Amino acid sequence: MADCGEANGPERKNEIVRAKNEEKELTKEEKQRLRKEKKQQKKQKEKKDDKGSSEKSGREKTLDPLSASQVLSTQSPTQKVPASAPIPVPPSGAPSHSSGAPSHSSSGAPSPADKPAKSKAELKAERRARQEADRASKQQGSSSSSKTKAPASDLNPVVKRLPEHVQVDDPAVVKRLAKKLERQQIPLRSDYGYKVSLFSHLHQYSRKAPLTQLLSIPSSVIHPSIVRLGLQYSQGIVTGSNARSVALLHAFKQVIMDYSTPPNEELSRDLVNKLKPYISFLNQCRPLSASMGNAIKYIKKEISNIPSQYKEEEAKTKLLECIDKYIDEKVVLAAKAISKYAIEKISDGDVILVYGCSSLVNHILCEAFDKNRKFRVIVVDSRPRLEGREALRRLVQIGISCTYVLISALSYVLPEVSKVFLGAHALLANGYVMSRVGTSQIALVARAFNVPVLVCCETYKFCERVQTDSFVSNELDDPDELMVTRKGKTQLEDWHDLSTLGLLNLVYDVTPPDFVDLVITDLGMIPCTSVPVVLRVKNVDQ
Amino acid sequence: ENYHISWQDSRNRSETTLNNMPGADKETDLSERIEAFLADLKRGGSGTGPLRGSGEMARETTALLRRITAQARWSSAGDLMEIIRNEGRRMTAAQPSETTVGNMVRRVLKIIREEYARSRGSSEETDQQESLHKLLTSGGLSEENFRQHFASLKANVIEAINELLTELEGTTDNIAMQALEHIHSNEVIMTIGRSRTVEAFLKDAARKRKFHVIVAECAPFCQGHEMATSLSKAGIETTVIADAAIFAVMSRVNKVIIGTQTVLANGGLRAVNGTHTLALAAKHHSTPLIVCAPMFKLSPQFPNEEEIFHKFVSPHEVLPFTEGEILSKVNVHCPVFDYVPPELITLFISNIGGNAPSYIYRLMSELYHPEDHEL
Repeated sequence: MADCGEANGPERKNEIVRAKNEEKELTKEEKQRLRKEKKQQKKQKEKKDDKGSSEKSGREKTLDPLSASQVLSTQSPTQKVPASAPIPVPPSGAPSHSSGAPSHSSSGAPSPADKPAKSKAELKAERRARQEADRASKQQGSSSSSKTKAPASDLNPVVKRLPEHVQVDDPAVVKRLAKKLERQQIPLRSDYGYKVSLFSHLHQYSRKAPLTQLLSIPSSVIHPSIVRLGLQYSQGIVTGSNARSVALLHAFKQVIMDYSTPPNEELSRDLVNKLKPYISFLNQCRPLSASMGNAIKYIKKEISNIPSQYKEEEAKTKLLECIDKYIDEKVVLAAKAISKYAIEKISDGDVILVYGCSSLVNHILCEAFDKNRKFRVIVVDSRPRLEGREALRRLVQIGISCTYVLISALSYVLPEVSKVFLGAHALLANGYVMSRVGTSQIALVARAFNVPVLVCCETYKFCERVQTDSFVSNELDDPDELMVTRKGKTQLEDWHDLSTLGLLNLVYDVTPPDFVDLVITDLGMIPCTSVPVVLRVKNVDQ
Repeated sequence: ENYHISWQDSRNRSETTLNNMPGADKETDLSERIEAFLADLKRGGSGTGPLRGSGEMARETTALLRRITAQARWSSAGDLMEIIRNEGRRMTAAQPSETTVGNMVRRVLKIIREEYARSRGSSEETDQQESLHKLLTSGGLSEENFRQHFASLKANVIEAINELLTELEGTTDNIAMQALEHIHSNEVIMTIGRSRTVEAFLKDAARKRKFHVIVAECAPFCQGHEMATSLSKAGIETTVIADAAIFAVMSRVNKVIIGTQTVLANGGLRAVNGTHTLALAAKHHSTPLIVCAPMFKLSPQFPNEEEIFHKFVSPHEVLPFTEGEILSKVNVHCPVFDYVPPELITLFISNIGGNAPSYIYRLMSELYHPEDHEL
């Protein structure tokens, strides 16, 4: 796609328009309205700046949906001949811009006088040729093409779409999101409270205003198990990377079981489209985690790989099996493998420090205790979530002797600690560990006291993003949770009234790889910097 | 409570009779005041009594010592020093973590030594120099000194103590006056917990400069909340963060300014818990760490004395009784203080100006006499 430039402008738009023709929910007027708005946006961009705008609008169209091109490639067998070349002509007459100077194709279409008819045929031919090539390569099987594709895609600059949830300060992005949600009939969640200026690019929601209050009952678009799941996410009932992913997969199983293919539709295409509004809804309730993102990618791939000759029942059973296999392999068996490796690292007489509540680390400690290792545990906890209490309960129930402190007492307990075990939310491609806020602090102080830090993480949480600080991409929790009532007095009660006061409740932070000594994964024990190697190995396997 | 009331009553009664019968009653009045002070110290430390700042504590101690000097019976400097040392030992035993009390006692002892030396006519410098010759030859002499009686000694000592009191009253303002030298506009400053000195420092700078303050709340007492509301009411842009987010936001911070409970003899700090983490994070990002501490917090203690360094309060603050079943099976700690080694500190700002941590030992020798380090 590196060579796509100006010539592909109107083609892209044609494809998008055709893709939109598929969606039965849109009415013709809505479509035309959308097209008009899109063109007006482009017009404004052009007027600002010549070259920059062409690149930008070209990129916008490639971004706007990668999904559009996906839909396109699955539709290639049933190609519709664009009868009247639906180049959008706005009904309100031609906004004939005085854009004589910029001769880019991005504005080329609406001024039909300029574009001669022969180029339309040329472009159509080009497009058809490309689609043939796509179809051919797809049917040739993945092995040969992927081998040639993999190195090629590594070297070509990949235009990545910046996720919406880190662009809240850009009004155009917010508007686009609002339109998308309106189309999918999902309510938009509004931000709450004064946002600290450093984090104005992130959402900040209030727990007291869950998204489900804005839904009409019964909701026709969203499956009830998804609604329940969204509510559990936003209220913090289901927390933790593994728990959220597994709950998501179970909810999707429910959706698949209740799904019935509408007539004239193929299951592989329609089901993916059905899942999109659910994912937007869950994203609105609480931003998706890296593990959930990977799980969703897997499901979408499985669904779109269902051969068309399968009957509906067969297809559904196959999908349910796939999901079960995924959960089993990536979560349950991975936990077993990780505990096997980790138990080698626990010796008798150890004092182990853990932070917060990581299901994996708790599992490891329980297994080690079952294998009669003698150790004791120090659980470190932090406000406002106080998740360590849950870990404390689980460990005490099994019979492990525990100590409990808050994170500010870390320097007091560390001199007697022999190892630190931490869980992770995601491992980024540059070796940074993204985890609950406070983890980087623990790693920092442990390094200062020369205590080894071991991070335990399954491979399905590995993520291709890179990040160097905790600001660019994070999650802001409800700021009211920082308030505390002591001796009958709540100091920060009226923080809304003070315009200069802000409360910041971060959820995640990133730990640099030099603080981490070892990462224990189901593939073995690796250093932090080997994450991109694992990602590459995984991609080649699949 | 009843106990307290009866003390009050007897104190009132003794005050009314004071005019009638001076002498013996003055002594009982004095001892009552001392007992009341000790009781306050004991209660204040557990967090249940009224919380007092160190400045207040220092002023009250000095006032009490002045009263002792004025009202107790003594004939020579040595007697007075014995009395004050005894009272000082009782006061520090009542609340070992409140080091300002001990510091003030040592200051007053040094004042007495100086006034005595001045009355005797020998200059101060010769006394200060601890040359090897002096150590070997005059080792026995110092025992006898302080027995001579000087009539004007009492008045001199009381005057010197008054000077000390004025110095104590002006410390916060002195420190706050230096604020503009250290804070420029558009800075992001981080602090932890609540320190009245730092509050005054930042408010003074805010009169002329615009900057942003991030306050770490410092669980479990969450005194950072009070600090944040007070600063934002003064018009400073403030943000409250949880302790766990200290490292996460440190990359955007330009300076860290903290207060402390005590400055130790090696230049380290004994500060509220969480400060060590803050100092390490600042060191990692090469952010300067500035400590605003008045001179009366400087104490001749070293951090190796484990038994008296740490102070703990009720673990109920950390794991409340509502947690029920697991309480009996778990050890819970709630330490109040942290040790910060001097390598992590960039600058001390005190009422006498700015100093590096390596200079603290000199300041200590100016304030306290080496024989008073152990009360």
